Amino acid sequence: MSDAPQRRRIDWSFWSVAILSGGAAGLVLHREGWAVFLEVLAEDSLLFVEIVPKVLAGTLIGALVRLLVPKETIAASLGAGSSWRGLLLATAAGILIPAGPFTVFPLAAALLVAGADAGAAAAFISAWLLLGINRALVWEIPFFGAHFVGLRMLASAWAPLAIGYAARLLAARMTPAQKAEAAE
Amino acid sequence: MILLLLTASLYVVVAALMVVAVRRKDGTARKAIEFTAKDFLHLLPRLVLGVIGAGYLARILPQDVVLALIGPDSGIRGLLAASVAGALTPGGPVVGFALGSAALKSGAGYAQITAFVTAWSLFALNRTLIWELPMMPSWFVRLRILVSLPVPLIVAALVMLAA
Repeated sequence: MSDAPQRRRIDWSFWSVAILSGGAAGLVLHREGWAVFLEVLAEDSLLFVEIVPKVLAGTLIGALVRLLVPKETIAASLGAGSSWRGLLLATAAGILIPAGPFTVFPLAAALLVAGADAGAAAAFISAWLLLGINRALVWEIPFFGAHFVGLRMLASAWAPLAIGYAARLLAARMTPAQKAEAAE
Repeated sequence: MILLLLTASLYVVVAALMVVAVRRKDGTARKAIEFTAKDFLHLLPRLVLGVIGAGYLARILPQDVVLALIGPDSGIRGLLAASVAGALTPGGPVVGFALGSAALKSGAGYAQITAFVTAWSLFALNRTLIWELPMMPSWFVRLRILVSLPVPLIVAALVMLAA
């Protein structure tokens, strides 16, 4: 998250979670006493210790890929494919890319400019959101377990292609005037 | 055991990339470590909160309410409720997963939590506002969201069929 263009992250999501968690912890202590409070703390500290090395690996991979593979290379190779090939390539890239939103959205924007293909851009973003490997390994599996995550991903496997295809069909019907109007 | 293997394989990838970076001899490796330190310090407090907070939330979520709203037998209405809740849950890597696993512990259904996680992934409002809209043309963002609308329900229905 280092090349974030502007870190507008005085982060109401962080603080809302902080207040929610603090409130919940306080309520557990008040209602059920120290024994239960500490029991929950011990259980979740274990989960925390389990996740930390994965998060560290995930951030390392993210930083290394960001530095080693230039964005232009990815955008160019994704913009090259047309029809289903383009959607498949974009989906694969979204699954594999170990990056955060400040990398993924500019890449998708570059796709729109370079190939003018809204379908590939939508497939890329959706695959990153729904099927991203890095996210699943680092965050989702520790919380939910491999069974839930595997089932969820299997059930979602079709989605980036379908979203990309639908976006491409609809974008082709939009006139430049409609796009400009929608941008107001 | 599986988790251990997963972690190990992550570090194999790290090692391979690190070798490439060090061989470049242009400071890429050092830069990568600087980036990582910054990112990691940014994530750490969020991680503590997300993980520890989820445990307490799971403890206080009223099970009968969770069951009635998004339990395994809550049907289509439960899927819709979970999808809307997911779209309204703030973004950030931990929040949705933490809340979802808390709800699962309190008796929510697999399919309902799939709808929640999918909707949160596709639509999380503050990610769209903070990251996507400033970087992408707004016609595209609307188009992406429009065509993604039915996805959480369909994915959850598939999970329901499989389970």
